[in-house]
Amino acid sequence: MTNSIECFSKAEVILVIGSNTTENHPVIANRIRRAVNRGTKLLLFDPRDIPLTRQAILWCRQKPGTDVALINGLMHVIVREGLADMDFVEKRTEGYEELRSTVAKYTPRMVSKITGVSEKDIIQAARIYASGKPASIAYAMGITQHTTVTDNVKSLANLAMLCGNMGVEGGGVNPLRGQNNVQGACDVGALPNVYPGYQKVVDPIARDKFEKAWDIELNANNGLTITEMLDAAESGRVKVLYIMGENPMLSDPDSTHVEKSLKACEFLVVQDIFLTETAKLADVVLPASSYAERDGTFTNTERRVQLSHRVIDPLPGTKPDWEIICELSNRLGYPMRYESVSEITDEIAKVTPQYGGILYERLEKGEQLCWPCPLPNHPGTPILHQDKFTRGLGKFHALDFIPPAELPDVKYPMILTTGRVLQHFHTGTMTRKSKGLEALAPSPFVEVNPKDAQKLGVEDGDWVKVSSRRGSIELTAKVDDKVGVGVIFIPFHYHEAVVNTLTNPALDPIAKIPEYKVCAARLETTA
Amino acid sequence: MADVTLIIDGREVQVEPGTTILKAAGQVGVRIPTLCYHPDLEPYGGCRLCIVKVEGMRGMPPACITQVAEGMQVTTEDEEILETRRMVLRLLLADHPSDCLSCRANLDCELQKLAHELGVREHGMIPIEREGTVDESNPVFVRDMNRCVLCARCVKTCSEILGLHAIDFIGRGHRTEVGPFLGGEIAKSICESCGECVVHCPTGALYYRDVPPQVEREVKVICPYCGTGCGILLGVRKDKIVSARGDRQNPVNRGNLCVKGRFGSYQYVNDEKRLTRPLIRKEGELIESTWDEALGLVARKFGQYQGDAFAAFSSAKVANEDNYLLQKLTRVVQRSNNIDHCARL
Repeated sequence: MTNSIECFSKAEVILVIGSNTTENHPVIANRIRRAVNRGTKLLLFDPRDIPLTRQAILWCRQKPGTDVALINGLMHVIVREGLADMDFVEKRTEGYEELRSTVAKYTPRMVSKITGVSEKDIIQAARIYASGKPASIAYAMGITQHTTVTDNVKSLANLAMLCGNMGVEGGGVNPLRGQNNVQGACDVGALPNVYPGYQKVVDPIARDKFEKAWDIELNANNGLTITEMLDAAESGRVKVLYIMGENPMLSDPDSTHVEKSLKACEFLVVQDIFLTETAKLADVVLPASSYAERDGTFTNTERRVQLSHRVIDPLPGTKPDWEIICELSNRLGYPMRYESVSEITDEIAKVTPQYGGILYERLEKGEQLCWPCPLPNHPGTPILHQDKFTRGLGKFHALDFIPPAELPDVKYPMILTTGRVLQHFHTGTMTRKSKGLEALAPSPFVEVNPKDAQKLGVEDGDWVKVSSRRGSIELTAKVDDKVGVGVIFIPFHYHEAVVNTLTNPALDPIAKIPEYKVCAARLETTA
Repeated sequence: MADVTLIIDGREVQVEPGTTILKAAGQVGVRIPTLCYHPDLEPYGGCRLCIVKVEGMRGMPPACITQVAEGMQVTTEDEEILETRRMVLRLLLADHPSDCLSCRANLDCELQKLAHELGVREHGMIPIEREGTVDESNPVFVRDMNRCVLCARCVKTCSEILGLHAIDFIGRGHRTEVGPFLGGEIAKSICESCGECVVHCPTGALYYRDVPPQVEREVKVICPYCGTGCGILLGVRKDKIVSARGDRQNPVNRGNLCVKGRFGSYQYVNDEKRLTRPLIRKEGELIESTWDEALGLVARKFGQYQGDAFAAFSSAKVANEDNYLLQKLTRVVQRSNNIDHCARL
């Protein structure tokens, strides 16, 4: 997030797009709802009739995967009606002319055809977003899990800059991150192309720095992303795979391909707290301690680094992840000797400029630090880009709409989109162990619009089959107008009906994120 | 604005304008009994237990909603005030079940504590039978309207803290109770089962199905689920985690939790399916082994396949320190940059 969670309370307008906040980030949704109760206008774009539609001043149901066209349409109206913040555009940005000429093509009529949102609503939405300052944008996987994620996110940045909503309290472009440490995992370098602190692997200066810090010569080539690793495993280029705390058998697209790739590995090590679907395929399974059995720092969606304490001793027979890694490293001849987690936290601070002042001692004292926090006396930075952007001027990216990789056709006439439900998390390995949560949301389902259901002869509660080019699953139909006509929705928590058997592994060319949110599918009765 | 000076029980107090008598009294350590008041919520003035006397003012205004004024002289307790409070409490108890021992809130009930504090043993009224709704439709909490005192704390929690308005008062007069819009089961309403109303209920009207035993200590953790990063206090008894509640000092959630954080953040830690021994595949089967054997085998294989033949999936579910060390192991020991995690997935 460019801004803090607290900032939602200060926004005049909040645009939520591609985020079912109520079910995926409930406590942030509380903030948004409270703001709405106090007079903040909520503008909502989502293909599903999610709970937040009740709070929205305007909800538009765009077709999945048409976000770039939609945002271009809003900017078209904002430019045409003179609602842009030209002072901000002139002083803080570049590339406006290219943006202007691109969005000039995206008339409400054209955008309406692509997105299914009415012309009137497009114009109205643009006016609402531009009417209040500051205006905040919140998004989540509905924006990122597409083959055009990079374009989608840049479009939102374009919109925020066009109305001067960057670097101000209550504004910004705010991705709501899906896991408790996805931000931190990126920050500390669990990525194939960057070292800790986003210092590029291919940059000789950065490499030199880390070679000195770690006292070893480093591989100068970018590594592979997860989806590429799986392909490389299948083709035999990757022979050993070490998986810590992930369950790709359920979470990654095209599960059949995932299984094939994992089985093709010569040696698969899985480190987890449960014998997950992935661990069952391993050559060696290492039992890790849970988060409550060790200390550690976690970085939340607003870049706040927080200390999570050890509650109880590790379950006998298990070891904390960091200790297992140290023992392996020691056996491999590179000694990693840390007495405690705090020594690692402080080493991260040493090599990660953004974390330079985030020392264990400060966190233990209860200091609240959002990075960048470069020095031990720095108070942290809850709002980014205040006086200038990291690159100097904010760059507008003139972008054209590109349709999703796989669209409905005669054989697979519906759009399948996936996500979570309120009561469960990811592949359910943790939440489904809670009796209460399991009772609240016990089984998989496919949401189908009543009109489609009638056409297909499906009734609520029927056992149905959903297929895509990659496979098929069977589950219960939930006839519900939460989804639009032609769209079906399936949550991905359930091993009983693994929806990722169906999803499309097509990737965004830059971010390499697969298109979980759109693939072509068919729904039929099983009788 | 200049502070307001007033006298509470003969003591001079200076507070900001707009402060209530209740808060001003709190600042000098004077306790006034309350029931419908909760510091998280806007004052309501419903229960009338916090009544006080103000020199020159008619009647007895409730301290929780009466703002201070310059020169105000407040008496927080005398025999008349006490007797009035006792009467208010007796009226509340007249239709309240008296089976405290079988109530889930026994010894953790504000009504019970007030009766004790004010010396009320019997209500002395003709008991009124209630046929309140007992809603057991939700798997994580129960709503027993027979034990409700209509303090509105749950209603206000849902509207003020969650902004949700899933519940409100329904019915009239003696039949008034709290429930979802148009009545019916809470499980079929827009309620999100976060349990925040249970936290704010002063009596046994709302209770968790699994009432945790008294804990020996509580420890601060960060919720293991989404990226919001809510602070949780996990309660421990006999080396086992038995409870979870929101950390009020955490600036992210300020004590608030969702259904997953409150009802699912620790159960899996105690789950019997936890792995407790390394497993090694032998003749197609995963067989229990020792750490020494497993780590020895892994290290041997890792040693054989260094460079681009090695790849690692790190995790958005483990701490920064684990992620940092795994990328370091991959780059430094295995000489590979094939390290990624599920940020893209």
